[in-house]
Amino acid sequence: MQEVIQQLVNGISLGSIYGLIALGYTMVYGIIRLINFAHGDIYMIGAFVGYFAIRNFNLSFLPALLVAMAVCAALGTAIERLAYRPLRNSTRIAALITAIGVSFLIQNAALLAWTPDPRSYPDVFPLRTYEIGGVFVDNRQITILSVAVALMVVLHYIVNFTQIGRAMRAVAIDADTARLMGIDVDRVISFTFALGSALAAAAGVLVGIYYNRIEPTMGAMPGLKAFVAAVLGGIGVIPGAMLGGLVMGVAEVAVVALTASTWKDAVAFAILIVILLVKPAGLLGRQVREKV
Amino acid sequence: MRKESILPLSGFSLRQKLTWLAAVLMGLMLVAVNVGVYRGTVDFYFTGVLVVAWINVILAVSLNLINGFTGQFSLGHAGFMAVGAYVSALLTIHLNWPFPVVLLLGALVAALLGFFIGLPTLRLRGDYLAIATLGFGEIVRVVLLNLDITGGPRGLGGIFPKTTFFSAEVLAALTIIVIGNIIRSSHGRAFIAVREDEIAAEAMGIDTTRYKVLAFAIGAAFAGLAGGLFAHHQMFIDPRSFTFQRSIEILVMVVLGGLGSITGSVIAAFVLTILPEALRGMAEYRMIVYALLLIGLMLVRPQGLLGTKELRDMLGIDRVRWLKAEQPAAGALKSHGGDGR
Repeated sequence: MQEVIQQLVNGISLGSIYGLIALGYTMVYGIIRLINFAHGDIYMIGAFVGYFAIRNFNLSFLPALLVAMAVCAALGTAIERLAYRPLRNSTRIAALITAIGVSFLIQNAALLAWTPDPRSYPDVFPLRTYEIGGVFVDNRQITILSVAVALMVVLHYIVNFTQIGRAMRAVAIDADTARLMGIDVDRVISFTFALGSALAAAAGVLVGIYYNRIEPTMGAMPGLKAFVAAVLGGIGVIPGAMLGGLVMGVAEVAVVALTASTWKDAVAFAILIVILLVKPAGLLGRQVREKV
Repeated sequence: MRKESILPLSGFSLRQKLTWLAAVLMGLMLVAVNVGVYRGTVDFYFTGVLVVAWINVILAVSLNLINGFTGQFSLGHAGFMAVGAYVSALLTIHLNWPFPVVLLLGALVAALLGFFIGLPTLRLRGDYLAIATLGFGEIVRVVLLNLDITGGPRGLGGIFPKTTFFSAEVLAALTIIVIGNIIRSSHGRAFIAVREDEIAAEAMGIDTTRYKVLAFAIGAAFAGLAGGLFAHHQMFIDPRSFTFQRSIEILVMVVLGGLGSITGSVIAAFVLTILPEALRGMAEYRMIVYALLLIGLMLVRPQGLLGTKELRDMLGIDRVRWLKAEQPAAGALKSHGGDGR
C-alpha cells in the first residue's frame, strides 16, 4: 500500500509537469487548431534559460523561473509571428509541416549551440526528504506541485476573469465573429502563445530541478507525451489538460514500476490510440460534430 | 496557313524544350551510371550512396501515395520500414531464405500491419492521424528495443549484403511503375478524390475508409520493401535507424518534390541523398537545413518544387509529333496541360 502511494506521489510530480506543457498545446489548439510541434522544444529552451540564469547569473530559483518564462514567452510569440501567422489561411497540413520544421530547427540549433551532452542542473536548493507514514516526499516534488498549482490558479484567473481571457475564449469559439465584435484576433493569438510558452518554460525549469539533468533533445518526448495528455483530457479544454497530464504521469510511473522502464515511452502512445478510438473528444471534452 | 514542321518538338515553348534537354541529360547520366556500376568503374562508396538513393526513392514515392495523393498525413513511415527491415533480416539470418522471398515477406508483414493500424486510425482526420501514426512509429521502435529476437538496443548484425545497385534500381523502378499505374487507375482517382474533398467523394459513392486503408497498406508495403533492401545493404540494423527523424527525412523529400508528384519525389530523394554526401563537412548543419527547407517551402512554395506535375505533363509527351498516334483536333490540345484535377 505504501508502495502504491509512493508511486502515486512520484506520478503526480511527473504528471503536473506534463500538465503544464499540455496547457500550452491545448490553448493553442483551441484557438487556431494547430498542433504546435515546437512546444516541446520551447520547454527545452526554458530549461536551458533557467540553467544559465542560475549558473551564470547566480539567480535563485524564483527569479530564474520568471526569467525563463519571460524569454520563452517572447520566443513563442516570435515563432507565431514569423512562421505560423503567414500560414493562417493555408491548409492545416501546411501549418503542421511548418510546426514540425520549427521544432526541428530549434532542437538542432540547440544541439549545435549547446552540444548533445547532458548537463547537470545547478543545485538551487539542497534535497531534503520527508517521511510521512512510510511514504517519501522530497522538497523538489513539493516545489513542483506548488509551482504547478500556483501557475494554474493564475491561468484560471486570466482565462476566466480578465478581459484578454474573455477575448481568448471568444476567439476559440469563433474567430470571425470575435473579430466582428472588435476583438484584435492577432493580438489574442500572440498572447495565447506567450502564455502557453511561459508555462512550458516553467515546466522546463522544474524538470531540470527534479531530474537534475537537461539536454537539447529533452523536449521531443515530453512534448509528444504532453500533447497526448492534452488529447486525453479533451483538446481545447483547460482543466482537461491538467487532468490528462496527471493521468499520464501516474500511468507512466505505474508501468515503470510494474514492467521495465524501457516500455514507458510506448504507454503514452498506446493511451493516445485507445482514447482516439474510444472517446476522441477526450475525458472532459464535448463531442462536436464537424459541420459540412 | 502555317507550314507544318516535321520536327518532333515543333510548337513547344522554350521552357518545355529545356525540360526535354534536362530529361535527356538525366537519362544519359542514368545510363552512364549503370554502365559504370556494371563495369566496376564507379567506386564502392559512391555505389553505396546510389543504393541508398534508390531506397529513398521507394520510401518517398510510397509516402507520397499516402500523404500526397490520398491526402492522409502519416508520420510513421519509418515504423513500416523498420518492420520490413527486421522481418526480412531475421528470415535471412535464421532461415537463409532467398532474397526476393525475404523482401516480399517483409513487405507483406508491413502491409498487414498497415492494414490493421489503418483500419481504426484512418477514421481520424488530419493532425490527429499525424499524431496517431507518429505514435505507431514510436511503439514499433519501443517494441523492437524490448524484444529478444530483434537483439534489443544492440540491434541485428551479420545480415548478408544481398542488396546490389541493380536490385535496388529495379525495385525502385517497379515502385514508380506500380504506384504510377495505381494513381492513373480508377482506384487512384478515388485516392485523389479523397484528398480533394472527403465529403464530396463520399457523396459520389467512394468508400473513403476503404480507399484510405488501401493507400495506407500499399504505402506500408513499399516502405517494408525499402526496409528489407536497407537491412541487406547496411548489414546491420538497430532501432535507432528507424526513429521519428527518419520519418521526417522521408517527409521532407515528399514535400520538397511536391505532394502529389512522383517525379518530384524521385528527384528530391536523389538530391537529398547525394547532396549531404557532397557536403560532408557540413554534416551537423544537415538537419538545420532540412528544417529551414520545410519552413521555407511552406511559406514560399507550399506545393513543393513540382506541385502535382509529373514528367509526362512537363514534357508534353502526348504532343510529341513522333509519338502521336493520330492528329488530334486543334482544340483538343488545349484541354490537356493540367492533369484533369
